[in-house]
This record gives sequence, structure tokens and C-alpha cells, in this order.
Amino acid sequence: MKWSEFFTSSVGKKFVMAFTGLFLISFLIVHVGINACIFADLVDDTDNGEMFNKAAHFMGSSYLIRIMEIGLFVGIIAHIVQGYMLEFQNRARRKQGYAVSMGSQGSAWYKKSMGLLGTLILLFLIIHISHFWVPSRITYAETLSEVSYYNGKPMHDVFSKMVEVFKSPTWGLVWVILYILGCFSLAWHLLHGFQSSFRTLGVHNKKWVGVVKGLGVAFSIIVPLIFALMPVSIYFGWVTNN
Amino acid sequence: MEHYTMNLTLKVWRQKNSSDKGKFETYQVSDISSEMSFLEMFDVLNERLIKEGKEPIAFDHDCREGICGMCSMYINGRPHGPWQANTTCQLHMRAYKDGDTIVVEPWRANAFPVIKDLVVDRRAFDNIVQAGGFISVNTGNAVDANAMPIEKDKADAAFAAAACIGCGACVAACKNSSAMLFLSAKVSHLALLPQGEPERKSRVLKMVQQMDKEGFGACTFTEACEAVCPKEISVTNISRLNKEYLVAGLTEDKG
Repeated sequence: MKWSEFFTSSVGKKFVMAFTGLFLISFLIVHVGINACIFADLVDDTDNGEMFNKAAHFMGSSYLIRIMEIGLFVGIIAHIVQGYMLEFQNRARRKQGYAVSMGSQGSAWYKKSMGLLGTLILLFLIIHISHFWVPSRITYAETLSEVSYYNGKPMHDVFSKMVEVFKSPTWGLVWVILYILGCFSLAWHLLHGFQSSFRTLGVHNKKWVGVVKGLGVAFSIIVPLIFALMPVSIYFGWVTNN
Repeated sequence: MEHYTMNLTLKVWRQKNSSDKGKFETYQVSDISSEMSFLEMFDVLNERLIKEGKEPIAFDHDCREGICGMCSMYINGRPHGPWQANTTCQLHMRAYKDGDTIVVEPWRANAFPVIKDLVVDRRAFDNIVQAGGFISVNTGNAVDANAMPIEKDKADAAFAAAACIGCGACVAACKNSSAMLFLSAKVSHLALLPQGEPERKSRVLKMVQQMDKEGFGACTFTEACEAVCPKEISVTNISRLNKEYLVAGLTEDKG
């Protein structure tokens, strides 16, 4: 079997979804870990985002990480494009639908709504990338202030950007609510995607399916919850830059 | 359970042939016994239609014992009706009460075109099995049953997968019209047994290829198929199929 045949069969397309999905899950671990550095301000009032700014600086400082960043974009675009193609192809497999829908019998709503949840995450990502990735990688000269810590080397003050976005008197609350909705969409998407991707890749032993399902539930609650706490903490002033 | 009779309103999909647009017809049926099977209720209605000089409703059925896989009605939004692990022929009218309205539709999937009324063409399944769902053996004397030891757990899992009757309820229930539960049952029951070993890799590749050709969708693990399967085929088989495909696809040059 040729590689092209392998990846373009109905099962192969699902492998692509599962591989890219798991890759994006591994990215979420890095992302949530780096961003959780803002909570250093909760235990050390003089931190003011220093730990986070240093971590963010590190994530932009080496070629290796910048190349991985390109890999991340390739992965996410592949996941989105393949996801939409599968969604539309699958929908087209039943030209004439049923008069009475099955509803959620035998299958929870979120398992059937991965396309919708993915679209909500995509909309959120557009907002999110324009808030932080674009300023820190492209338009930093105009949009980011600089800060230097004890070694005197200036670095982007991405933390102040976060405070500026979520503490904005006009739009702050709107962004916080949209970010929370984004995290909700992510949680439901992960709740199905995490375990489903492992099972798509052939995990079928009962004991491993149990592990994967358990881990999936934990991951889908913990990671989006930590993400959601970030805008909330800044909005309510628990985490501040002064 | 106490016997009772009921009057029902049936909304049944009527379609003259595969090119007809088709529409729902409403029928009132009265004095239906709670002891009747769902198909016997249709027999009563059809006899009346014949007496009235009308075309009876075409529906698939054969053994009426829940083992042949011929009956195929989508009843009130669920393949094979409201009962778990049940075929339409084994659905009994005690599932309903007087005055109920029941909507009956054929399986809906491009790969299962309607032939007439509630009858759909399920030859796509036969084509998938013909692509590799068998073992090649030389004819001759039957081999002694004990010549090939098989672990009990594996034999049980293979038997559970082989219980698939190919009715197509999995496709009918799936939002993607995917035939993966059916295919995975057919692949699993042979992949688990030593007799299936020689053609293990080529089988899964050929059968997936044929499934795609027939126009079924891809699996997204919603598990709706498992919920409606009259033989309770587990979605575990789908994961096993994926593993078989992964290994075969990565290691076989042909196929």
C-alpha cells in the first residue's frame, strides 16, 4: 500500500486527525505550563509577571523553538482542513436525512458536535492569536512595551499586554467572557477528542481504554480550567503587574 | 404481562422505486394486540391494503427470529425500534400503548439506496465481505477440531464479533453513515483466530478499500452504532480494526 493510499482512506484520514490532535494536546501541556507562570504573582506579590515574561521570552528565543512553532501551525492547519473535509464528506454520505432524528440516544451531544466545537475553537483562536501571538511575533515594535530584569537585557512585556487586554475598561469583560467560552468549547472538544484519538490509533485493550478515558476526562477539565482562570484572575485583579 | 389491544397512527415512508421521490403516508391501525410483533402489525395493515386494492408496504424480513439480519426499519428515530439489543422482527407491540403515533422510515445512507418503501439495497455489505471477509482453504477432509488450539478468551471475542448479522443498523444510526462497526466485526472475528492469520494484512486493506468505494463515511467514535446494534457488537472492534489497518498499511507494499 502506498503512503498516499494509506493516509487518504477513510481510516487513514482519521489517523491524520488523531495524530495531529494528539500533537495539539501535547502543545496544550506546554502552553498551559508556560502561561501558568502568571500565577507566580499569587504567591510572590513582587513577581508582576516576571516569571511569565521570562518563559515567554524563552519560547521565542531559540531557532529550535521557532521551527517547532512552524510545525505547530502545520499541525493545527492540517487538523482544521482535514477536520472540515471529513465533516463535509461524512455529511454528504446521507443525502436524504431522517424525519425523526436519533437525538442523543446512545451518543452524547458533544461526540456528535466535534465540527461545531472545533469551529468555535477556531473562532476563539483567531481572536486569541490576534491578541497575543501577532503582537509578540509581528507587530511588537508598535504594540508591546519592553521590560528588563536583573541582567539588563530588554524583553517583550507580554504580561502587561495580557493585563491591558483583560483589564481594558471597554472590552475587558467581553474578552474574558469570550475566553471562558473558548475554554468551554475546548473542554468539550477534548472530552471526546482525547480518548477518541487513542482509540482511532488502535488502543483497544480494556485496561488501556480505561486509562485513556480517565486521563481524557482529567485533562479536559484541568487544562481548560487553568486556561480559563488566567483572564479571570487578571480581570478580578488577583494577578496584577503592580 | 397482561394482554391489551391498541389503536395506532402509523406514518410510513412510501416510495414506488429508487427513482421515485417518496413521501410519508399516514395509516390508522386498530385492534392491534400487544402480543403481536412489529412486523405482524405490518402484516395486518398490508392485508387490509391488499383488500382495499392498494399497494402493500414493502419491507424486508426473513427469519423473524432476530438472527438473519433482513429486517431494517428505522422506528421513531431509532434503528430496530426502542428496545436494546433487538431486531425489528423481535420488537413486540407491548412496547407501545393505545393512541401512539409511530414513524417508520427506511435506513438512510447513500450506500443503502431505497429500492421500494422500507426496503433498501444492502449489497454494499456483501461487496465488502467479498473483498476479503473470508479465509481461503483447500478443500479436502475436515481438519480435526482439536488440531488447532485457540485460547478461550480469543474464541469468545471472535464469536462475539461473528455474531454480526449485517443488518446495517450501525450505518443507519451513524451520523456519518459509517460502516465501521460492521467492517470491524468482520475483520475482528478473523483477525482473532489462527485460521485468519495468513490473509490478515491483505484482508483489512482490501475491505477498508471496498468500504470506501461503496460510499460509507468515516468513523468519529460517537458510539451510536454500538447503542443500536441488535447483536451488541462492541466499538472495541473498531479500535482493533484500526490497529490491524495501521500495522498492515505500514508494513505491506501491496494491497
